[in-house]
Amino acid sequence: MKEYIIKRLALGVVLVVAVSFLVFSLMYMMPGDPIDIMISDRVSEETKAEMAHKYGYDLPFFTQYFNWVKGVCHLDFGTSARYRQPVWSLLGARIPYSLRLCSLSLLVEMLFALPLGLLCAVKKDSWIDKFCVNVSLVLTAVPAFWFGTLLIVVFAVGLGWLPISGYQTPAHYILPVAAIAFTSVGSTLRITKAEVLEVLHEKYVTTAYAKGLPRKRVLVKHVLRNSLIIVVTLTFMSIPWMITGAVITEKIFAFPGMGNLLLNSIVVQDMPVVQAVLLIIAILTVICNLASDIITAFLDPRIKDTISGGEN
Amino acid sequence: MGEKLLELKDLSIDYKIKDGYLSAVNKVNFTIDRGEVFAIVGESGCGKSTLAHSILRLLPGGNEIVTGEIHFKDEDLTLVDQERMEHVRGKEIGMIFQNPLDSLNPVFRVGDQIEEALLLDDMSEEDAYKRVIELFKDVKMPDAEERAKSFPHELSGGMRQRVMIAMMLSRNPELLIADEPTTALDVTIEAQILEILKQMKKEFNAAIMLITHNFGLVAEIADKIGVMYAGEMVEQGDVFEIFENPQHPYTKLLMKALPSGTKNDGRLQTIDGSVPRITEKKPECRFANRCPLADEKCRTENPPMEWISDTHYCKCFHLGEEEK
Ligand SMILES: Nc1ncnc2c1ncn2[C@@H]1O[C@H](COP(=O)(O)OP(=O)(O)OP(=O)(O)O)[C@@H](O)[C@H]1O
Ligand SMILES: [Mg+2]
Repeated sequence: MKEYIIKRLALGVVLVVAVSFLVFSLMYMMPGDPIDIMISDRVSEETKAEMAHKYGYDLPFFTQYFNWVKGVCHLDFGTSARYRQPVWSLLGARIPYSLRLCSLSLLVEMLFALPLGLLCAVKKDSWIDKFCVNVSLVLTAVPAFWFGTLLIVVFAVGLGWLPISGYQTPAHYILPVAAIAFTSVGSTLRITKAEVLEVLHEKYVTTAYAKGLPRKRVLVKHVLRNSLIIVVTLTFMSIPWMITGAVITEKIFAFPGMGNLLLNSIVVQDMPVVQAVLLIIAILTVICNLASDIITAFLDPRIKDTISGGEN
Repeated sequence: MGEKLLELKDLSIDYKIKDGYLSAVNKVNFTIDRGEVFAIVGESGCGKSTLAHSILRLLPGGNEIVTGEIHFKDEDLTLVDQERMEHVRGKEIGMIFQNPLDSLNPVFRVGDQIEEALLLDDMSEEDAYKRVIELFKDVKMPDAEERAKSFPHELSGGMRQRVMIAMMLSRNPELLIADEPTTALDVTIEAQILEILKQMKKEFNAAIMLITHNFGLVAEIADKIGVMYAGEMVEQGDVFEIFENPQHPYTKLLMKALPSGTKNDGRLQTIDGSVPRITEKKPECRFANRCPLADEKCRTENPPMEWISDTHYCKCFHLGEEEK
């Protein structure tokens, strides 16, 4: 197991390095001069050249890349062209908000998707199943920004129950969390349902009934528990999607997370910030994939054995 | 004769399929007394598992129609409520399944899966664990303590079947339904499993409904035999009566096809043709198209139940006739 984790980590590092290179070269090739963004047009060419030299923009591509990577290793992502602040301090203030938003959304999503998925499978073709499946189809099809706007119009503007935007109190989280959770709940619900339906036909479920376990116990302990192996794996792999998806939602609710920062920075071509955010998302993706594999191994002893090569 | 434990009356099971019905079990009657071993033999696909599952109401659910009565002690199991049924399962009737390989939950330790059953009967966890180890020793599981902590995939097929048997014996049921308990296992393991079943019959006076292809197994342990063909019980009688004096042409062919004692690949293959899928109930003998004695009458009328002795009956128009 340990060996496996180390191997996976090493692979993750390689991936992150590759992504970092891609991100950096993409940004390098983008039209637009970073110096122009930092200062007004009326500065002389000479001053511009001085600035470019100061920030290292006049160096060859690979030197720039290596300098950037060296900095990143010390959490120095450079200086934001727009805010004239170290990128890390900008990010440091925003990452906790994004993480909080996403983990709450994930929690809410699971709280709805798992029990409802189980219910839909057990009561397949009943009105409740049809209702949930249809609603989840609609919710999956609806774009998050549209749904978020709808929530604002109804609950904040119309009914006035909740704040329109901001982040200061727990109440500020309700609408953005709802916007993210409910637009992603559909797919998880359907995966859960499909998986439960599959497991329901397994012979060990019949065994569980045959030994006299009450129905509810069978459904939760044997059926749901075994369905979770796949559901949890897929959910963990979907976290990066959720984070990128939250970008728009953050914008709508003027929520000071990474996504909002990313959007604003793309608009004004604040490259150091864009690079940093993309890199962080890449790292999160690698971590989530690793976490998903490890969790799967713990949920399923068969997998655990194969990856630890049979030694217990 | 002991006290009557299980009695099936005119039990029929149809599966709803795409275009109509499949008659998997048709008007089956039999009784099992306390302490008695009733063996059901018949080819693959003749409805043995369907019959066995229906007793505990463990059919897949959704597409089956069960009619008739299943009397167990003093109630009809087709009529009792869900809660009562949950109490019957495991506690009063245990069941061992045909395929031990995927009958255990892959994510829990096998000891825990047995403990789970034991804990249904107000038992402390400590006692339950001790009982698991005892049960494992009863079913001759090597390294009982060690194996209790194993996951199913770490065990061989024979070990898994032992786990299943231990699990189903754990609450001392009065009736054990064993659906081909040894088909998936090799001959030595088969003998050991047979030994366990015999012992449990002796020790707990448990009744066993044993489904098998193996006449050797039947001869060793059974008191009564029912021969099933295409969902119907075509002949039934005491083990001696059936072995000494088989009446139904199908029974005779079966016994010829399967010399008792050998395993013959676990499946019967030497009778030409295979069990028909009956999708239309009409007056006929279901064996007619494969029967060496069949005539016009067999194809147009239901053969009646002919009693050869108090305990032995056969459904055939051609009793006493020999194959030409
Ligand atoms: N859920 C189902 N839906 C439709 N048909 C079914 C279903 N289960 C079983 N059958 C059919 O019912 C018939 C009897 O099947 P069953 O499993 O009871 O046979 P069996 O005697 O146990 O055979 P084997 O010796 O191979 O275990 C078969 O023709 C089978 O295809
Ligand atoms: Mg069967």
